[in-house]
Amino acid sequence: MTATPLVDLQGVTRHVELPNGSTLEILRGVDLTVGPGEHVAIVGRSGTGKSTLLNILGLLDSPTSGEYLLEGEPVGRLRSRALARRRGDDFGFVFQQFNLLQGRTALENVAAPLLYARGKQFWNRTRLATQSLTRVGLGERLDTRPEKLSGGEQQRVAIARALVRGPRVILADEPTGALDVETGQAIMTLLDDAASETGSALVTITHDLAIAARADRQFRLADGVLVPIRLDAPAAVAENAAAATIAVAETARQTA
Amino acid sequence: MTGVVGAILEAWDELRIHRVRVLLALIGVACAVTAITGITAAVTMVGQAMQEETERMTGRDTTLQAWSMGSGQMSPAEVDAAVDGVAERHDISYHSVQATADLKVRGAQAGDYVEWSAVDVDHGTITRQGMEEGRWFSDADTERLAPVLVVNQAFLDAYADGAPATAHPTVVIEGETPVAATVIGEIPVQWNDEGPRALMLFDQAMHWFPDRVMADAYRFWVPPELAEQFAAVLPRDLAAAGVLFDVQPPQEDPLVIDRVLQYLVLGVGGFALLLGGLGLLNIALVTVRYRIREIGIRRSFGATSGRVFFGVLMESVVATTVAGVVGVVVAVAIIKNIPIDRIFGRPIDDLPGFPFDAALVGMACAIGIGALAGLIPAIYAVRVKVIDAIRY
Repeated sequence: MTATPLVDLQGVTRHVELPNGSTLEILRGVDLTVGPGEHVAIVGRSGTGKSTLLNILGLLDSPTSGEYLLEGEPVGRLRSRALARRRGDDFGFVFQQFNLLQGRTALENVAAPLLYARGKQFWNRTRLATQSLTRVGLGERLDTRPEKLSGGEQQRVAIARALVRGPRVILADEPTGALDVETGQAIMTLLDDAASETGSALVTITHDLAIAARADRQFRLADGVLVPIRLDAPAAVAENAAAATIAVAETARQTA
Repeated sequence: MTGVVGAILEAWDELRIHRVRVLLALIGVACAVTAITGITAAVTMVGQAMQEETERMTGRDTTLQAWSMGSGQMSPAEVDAAVDGVAERHDISYHSVQATADLKVRGAQAGDYVEWSAVDVDHGTITRQGMEEGRWFSDADTERLAPVLVVNQAFLDAYADGAPATAHPTVVIEGETPVAATVIGEIPVQWNDEGPRALMLFDQAMHWFPDRVMADAYRFWVPPELAEQFAAVLPRDLAAAGVLFDVQPPQEDPLVIDRVLQYLVLGVGGFALLLGGLGLLNIALVTVRYRIREIGIRRSFGATSGRVFFGVLMESVVATTVAGVVGVVVAVAIIKNIPIDRIFGRPIDDLPGFPFDAALVGMACAIGIGALAGLIPAIYAVRVKVIDAIRY
């Protein structure tokens, strides 16, 4: 008997109505399972629906059709309040543009999600936020505001913030997109290590093959269809990302 | 519990971040609360000062005036005894005769006039008699062998060479048996250029000058709620005791005009509060639009729509609450530092306490206007789609 996956998307679609009355299909029958502690990368060009998929995974958006099971529980049946609670309890987000709260210090930014926690997490938020920032190497910059931090440091604050509630899944949307290659690699190492340490699953959306190659499993999203792929060893990809070969191991679904 | 505390902390944090903008909007709210609270307190104080001034002339609320309609063959002493008996029967703690007396001070020229009154000790309490110097009569003074006087400055100037009352100057009052009377206190003048005025205890006046005193008026200080009843009962009982008195029913409440003024001030204050609230609404709407992305980020942290609504609403409420507290504190500071002596000419005996009900009304209005000003931005914040907000 196999264990229940943490995240299980079954035939998920997402359509939007355009102002001219036509329908735009963003996701077409996406199947994806992510187990506890697993690192998954999704690559694809801009506009292929990567962020929409991540929003659905993170309970920020809902599928038009298909089933999303979170630890076996269909999230479609959850009311908005329960959805918000599960989002806060189970998911940590890392955004491309960091999305730090302006005007607040690094510590206040990391403590912000704990304002929505309950019990000890709420009351011990300053201590937990300090620990989280120390873990990402910013223990000395607690009182620094984001605008005074470099891009890499800001993303580290964002990672500390994503980790602070001990999420089951970290969803990273182009986490290195606003960083130079070197800093991006360092950030991904940090994110991978932090996720491994805490046992969180990590789903990374990226268009950088070298970043994607670090994951346990890789997928490509093209025209709303998610296809499993296999990338070469991270070192080789890092040396020459442009030359990396994408081997399509299996075509799960074809577009209609 | 954590939800409410969290929302308040979040609201406070927002205010801290946007303090300059919020501060500008809140100045209006604070000023309005200061106006509502402070002016209510000031009007209460003015009312009290006016009432005390009235009471100095006519007696405290409620003092019934009884005027003699003739007492037949009864002497003033017998009239006084009859009135005392009626007052005692009705448990009226404070009552006093206000008798006129026709006395002459030694050394006075022809045509010099002194306004003499013979009163009981209670007269001082009933009329809130303040003293410039010295003291008012006491019960022990009735036992003295020589009369004591309470006079005004004009009397001292005319008959005691301007000596202060505290030096206890004496004057000789002419009569069949001239007697030296000692001045024990100086009362304030009632109006400018007031002539010499002197008060003597009725019992002493009756002892020394029984033929020159008329027990023609009395004052009874009675509970306001029983005033009408006493106004009807007293003349009947006094008539039964053999003395005819006309008892004036209590006057209409002289503070009606103050209440009108108070409502007017509250109305103006309320309007100012509304303007402050509109300013706050304006700022809150602009701020929420500016903060849509942040609201989206907070939704990703697990903020429920209820929490976002409550959070945005609380920002306004916390802000106006702080403004309300500031407004009340400023009002207290102003009221406590009003130079009462300079404004009203004399201190207020029973200085009214700070009107906490006005402060509470001011605070409630401030909180209410905060909730109203926060409502529209809160609805706006909840209706924003999370994914759009994050990309905003």
